[in-house]
Amino acid sequence: MTDRAVIPDFALEIRGLVKRFERPAVDGLDLNVRAGEFYALVGPNGAGKTTTLRIIAGLVRPDAGTIHVAGHDVLARPEAAKRVMAWISDEPMIYDKLTPREYLEFVAGLWDVAPAVAAARAAALLDWLDLEPHADERCEGFSKGMRQKVALAGALVHEPRVIILDEPLTGLDAGSARQVKTVLRDRVRAGGTVIMTTHILEVAERMADRIGIIARGKLIAEGTLEDLRRQAVSKVNANANGDASLEDTFLALTAEQAAAA
Amino acid sequence: MSAEPGTAVWFARHEARLAGRDWLAMMTAGRPERLRRAAIAIAVFVIFMHIVAYWMVGRYANAAPDQETLVMITGSALLSWLLMISQAMESTTRAFYARSDLDLILASPVQTSKLFAVRIATVALASTMMALPLAAPFINVLVVLGGPRWLGAYGLIVAMGAAATALAVGLTVALFRVVGAKRTRFVAQVVAAVIGAAFVIGLQVAAILSYGTISRLAVLQSDTVLAHAPGTGSMMWWPARAALGDPVALVIVLAASLVLLAAAIAIVAPRFGEYAVAAGGVGYGAVARARRQAAFRPTSPRRALRRKEWMLLLRDPWLMSQTLMQMLYLVPPAVLLWRNFGTGNAALQLLVPVLVMAAGQLGGGLAWLAISGEDAPDLVATAPIPARFILVAKIEAVLGSIAVVFAPLIVALAFASPWHALVTGCGIVIAALAATAIQLWFRSQAKRSQFRRRQVSSRLATFAEAFSSIGWAATAAVAAAAIPLAIAPALLALLVLAGAWFMSPRLRNA
Repeated sequence: MTDRAVIPDFALEIRGLVKRFERPAVDGLDLNVRAGEFYALVGPNGAGKTTTLRIIAGLVRPDAGTIHVAGHDVLARPEAAKRVMAWISDEPMIYDKLTPREYLEFVAGLWDVAPAVAAARAAALLDWLDLEPHADERCEGFSKGMRQKVALAGALVHEPRVIILDEPLTGLDAGSARQVKTVLRDRVRAGGTVIMTTHILEVAERMADRIGIIARGKLIAEGTLEDLRRQAVSKVNANANGDASLEDTFLALTAEQAAAA
Repeated sequence: MSAEPGTAVWFARHEARLAGRDWLAMMTAGRPERLRRAAIAIAVFVIFMHIVAYWMVGRYANAAPDQETLVMITGSALLSWLLMISQAMESTTRAFYARSDLDLILASPVQTSKLFAVRIATVALASTMMALPLAAPFINVLVVLGGPRWLGAYGLIVAMGAAATALAVGLTVALFRVVGAKRTRFVAQVVAAVIGAAFVIGLQVAAILSYGTISRLAVLQSDTVLAHAPGTGSMMWWPARAALGDPVALVIVLAASLVLLAAAIAIVAPRFGEYAVAAGGVGYGAVARARRQAAFRPTSPRRALRRKEWMLLLRDPWLMSQTLMQMLYLVPPAVLLWRNFGTGNAALQLLVPVLVMAAGQLGGGLAWLAISGEDAPDLVATAPIPARFILVAKIEAVLGSIAVVFAPLIVALAFASPWHALVTGCGIVIAALAATAIQLWFRSQAKRSQFRRRQVSSRLATFAEAFSSIGWAATAAVAAAAIPLAIAPALLALLVLAGAWFMSPRLRNA
């Protein structure tokens, strides 16, 4: 039996994850994210963040390791794992020729949500994300922010327990970014789990319960901002002090990796 | 020697460099090491075409400029010219709407009219260069067997390319003014498709109605046309005379065409930037609204996928125009069916391969859209349904579309001959499935908007799809005649499929 029999404490459990392309993209990664947690994965360019998330979402097959999402083995029972999670990439992939309402109907169909339930949820999401006035317009003329909101609505219409986002705020204006952040925080308050990558360290600092720093495919530090500051002081020494920002801490923790690269 | 930046020569060099690299990438599929293979393939093609040309036109090499010859040459040239206009219209529309480097150039302080003059000239050159490889073997054969007078045909092709581009640019700009930037893209595509197909279809329909054959040559060679054609001294025959080596006719035709092109460039190039800017604004201002839905319809993942494919297909004007182009060629078989209805005529036999071939080609296009042209691959891949389930739904969408297009013809055919209908139906399903399978083996994720470049991404898949369709069409044709020999083309078609499977990236990467 590959799925956990009891309700899992962890929304995500990764053990010994390895993925090589021409060089290792993910190199023996271990990661736990608790249910109901907002977890941010940060790291330099090419650190393996996106590859990790794509493996979790079932879009890339790893060379080694195990992944459980809400207790479901992603590799052995991908459909069960996919049923409880949603994936949003930095470049929202929606259909230009569908309207937001039709897009939500399509996504609800893929996740086999009952029509009445899906219609009610779609109406609420369209309203919540200020998409209602554009709900019956085709997406082809939409801005990046609007497209990202449509993709987000699609991710939420089947009420996933785990939402995985790759750089969700890239290219969004301040208003859209705030709206997306609010939606994600609300999901966490409602008991959902959010795992996202970001290179905007202030976002991770303000929003995440815990932050993981990944470099060269490995998790090099993890914890709350306080934990990370302590690790920076003890491990690297550096000049990190008690008031250091995540940016200072991040640079201190990744300096060794950057030098090795 | 380097040209001054911003001049027409400088732009021409820039365009030539881009076009050269595009052509090279197209021939080698982006792998320069394939250049040698591409050169060998081209050489083989050229030799093959010369053999075909010898077989087809060798006997006309010493033709005198009589009325019959002039009618044939004029008819054939007109057919090619309309196709060139169609091609040039598509290129002009693309120049308006494709952004690529336009934003950079329009934002720069250079005089853009020079660039657009070069781009219009490039369209003319491309139209000519596309016709030349097909026409050259025929002209070469005629030159070798009939003498250098036939070299005039090369001049005629240059004149046709120039005149076709001038007309295409004029038509597209007229459409832009009449129907506006928003609709021109779609309307121009449809007009180009209709222009390209109208003459050949018109000739075929006339041949079917008058002579019961689908051959368009039947009309051009008929006594009726010859009786109504003007005398050999008429101006109408100048292009044909130019091809036959009449120097005066050649100079006049060539000069008139080049003047026409120069006039089109002079009139349109200075305003081309305005049209391009207007076309660029379409995406931002145009809002297409769909009918508001009261509630979501009951559905399953499979049905949701099918419905999505059909909805996207119906809403994409570029794809619809491409499909329309293929559908137009079904008009002559439909007329043939109607004319022979109830007569038990053996001409029905001709319908079977035409329909099967068309189904294979249409199936290939639709399968590419459904399988490779998925605009949200991550969304579909992360849905909680098995991959084969997704695949089956997409294949169902393709076959459903094929069924909608071909069912009326099959039903009509069933009334005329149930056996022919049965064989055609089976042939259509097999040809469409085979084309779908090839698209599946050669799938590579792309945007739907890249549909028109799908042949470029894998020539192997394109050839396999074409030969498979031809094989199944031949199988159906022989089977319809109740000849057991149908097994032979069927085996050949299966061989094509097996070859495609063995050479597919899916298998090689496995």
